[in-house]
Amino acid sequence: MTVTSDPTATAGEVQTVVAARRLEHVQSVFIGVGRPSTAAILARIVHNPELVLIYESGTIGAKPFRIPLSIGDGELAQTADFIVPVPEMFNYWIGAGRIEVAFLGAAQVDRHANLNTTVIGDYEHPKTRLPGAGGAPEIAASCGEVIVIAPHTRRTFVEQLDFLTTVGHGDGPGARQRLGFRGAGPSAVITDLGVLEPDPDTRELVLTQIHEGVELDAIHEATAWDLEVASDLTITDAPTAQELSALRELMSR
Amino acid sequence: MAEITTLREAVAELVKDGDSVALEGFTHLIPFAAGHELLRQGRRELELIRMTPDLLYDQMIGMGSARKLVFSYGGNPGVGSLHRFRDAIEHGWPAPVEIEEHSHAGMANRYAAGAAKLPFAVMRGYVGTDLMARTTVAPVTCPFTGEQLVAVPALNPDVGIVHAQEADREGNVQLWGIPGVQKETVLAAERSLVTVERIVDELVPRPGAIVLPSWVVDLVVEAPGGSRPSYSLGIVDRDNGFYKFWDGLSRDRDAFTSWMNENVLATPEASVR
Repeated sequence: MTVTSDPTATAGEVQTVVAARRLEHVQSVFIGVGRPSTAAILARIVHNPELVLIYESGTIGAKPFRIPLSIGDGELAQTADFIVPVPEMFNYWIGAGRIEVAFLGAAQVDRHANLNTTVIGDYEHPKTRLPGAGGAPEIAASCGEVIVIAPHTRRTFVEQLDFLTTVGHGDGPGARQRLGFRGAGPSAVITDLGVLEPDPDTRELVLTQIHEGVELDAIHEATAWDLEVASDLTITDAPTAQELSALRELMSR
Repeated sequence: MAEITTLREAVAELVKDGDSVALEGFTHLIPFAAGHELLRQGRRELELIRMTPDLLYDQMIGMGSARKLVFSYGGNPGVGSLHRFRDAIEHGWPAPVEIEEHSHAGMANRYAAGAAKLPFAVMRGYVGTDLMARTTVAPVTCPFTGEQLVAVPALNPDVGIVHAQEADREGNVQLWGIPGVQKETVLAAERSLVTVERIVDELVPRPGAIVLPSWVVDLVVEAPGGSRPSYSLGIVDRDNGFYKFWDGLSRDRDAFTSWMNENVLATPEASVR
């Protein structure tokens, strides 16, 4: 396959590159499939070759050459430092707080970075039945911090979740402490339009970074609540030639 | 001691209509051949238990064999939705399915408690979520520190079915690669069936492998390719193309039904995808 040499990154590429940059100084990252997995593998190539990739299938220290389709592809098992059974993964590694960063996705995100992956509509009679919790609730409770990766649309960034599957910052200040969570919770929500981070006092998401070429109006339009914008809003550094070519080469494998 | 038998006889002997059955496999070693034999023998009203009900349970739900589903993640991994699972929950087709859902941590701990023959497991989790009110968890206080934790009830399926790479002629089983909850499923279940890629004269110990001794397994069946389209590390590769193909095919009720009739119901034992 040929690797495109178009110097302009797509919105999805920017999102992946920004997520990868967050892992530059991280020891271990818990990832699901899709863009989080791509970002973490990219981080190993470009920023942090020692980064330990952990998939919930029990593969710890996986070093995939290709982007896996599932969280349990054979290549993850073959390249892992070691493999653990699922109860051990959740009790000894995730629950015990041994993993520094977790990447999570969601169908709905609210202003406190709480997540829904269960249903759209009513629980008993859902309009759309989503896959469910998977590992997310305990991952978000116990990993050092959580980075949410989601497409920026009004359907995703909602005023009110249809179902609270995974607690981010709950109802605001002190919520995580009251619930007994030991991880710090979501530190960023990375979208294809920008980056949202929780305000240190209110724990409400604030737009802190906007990707190059994106209009602020487009972000407000794609967010169902009245999104606060940081006074020191920055523009995302465009992907470097190195980041972009590494990402495209990875995608083409 | 485990008895070595055929898939047809094993399913006929172990699984009855209405049973709770766990066909486990965490992306790896999924017992498709055994699940398909359950369909061929027309088992109904099953309580299907599995952490990650992917294509196999999508097929079983779509064929109407499930009364209830106990699970923690119902998706086609890396691809998207399970369309038959969704159709059953959203529209009651072909029949309504009762659901009981957990988180992965909850399900894994439920299996571990089941394997230990304890009534429940203790963990941190569920609190603050809407799941708490929708599933079988209960708050519990640590008798030593007073910390608030949650209890999840043990899972002890009537039948546990898993796939593994190999067994010897005495029915000792060895599996390697991603172990998922294969061991817990066999140890938690009242009755168990292990299908294997091959039966060998002697099990050669492998680093990191899990061994299930013959005396904790009821029946062992040689079913080469029995995990396809999932995989058996080192023997059969994962057929990622099939998982993508399924996403298209399974959207349509009629296309699904005719595919199942042709490729599962009308095929002999163990000649499965």
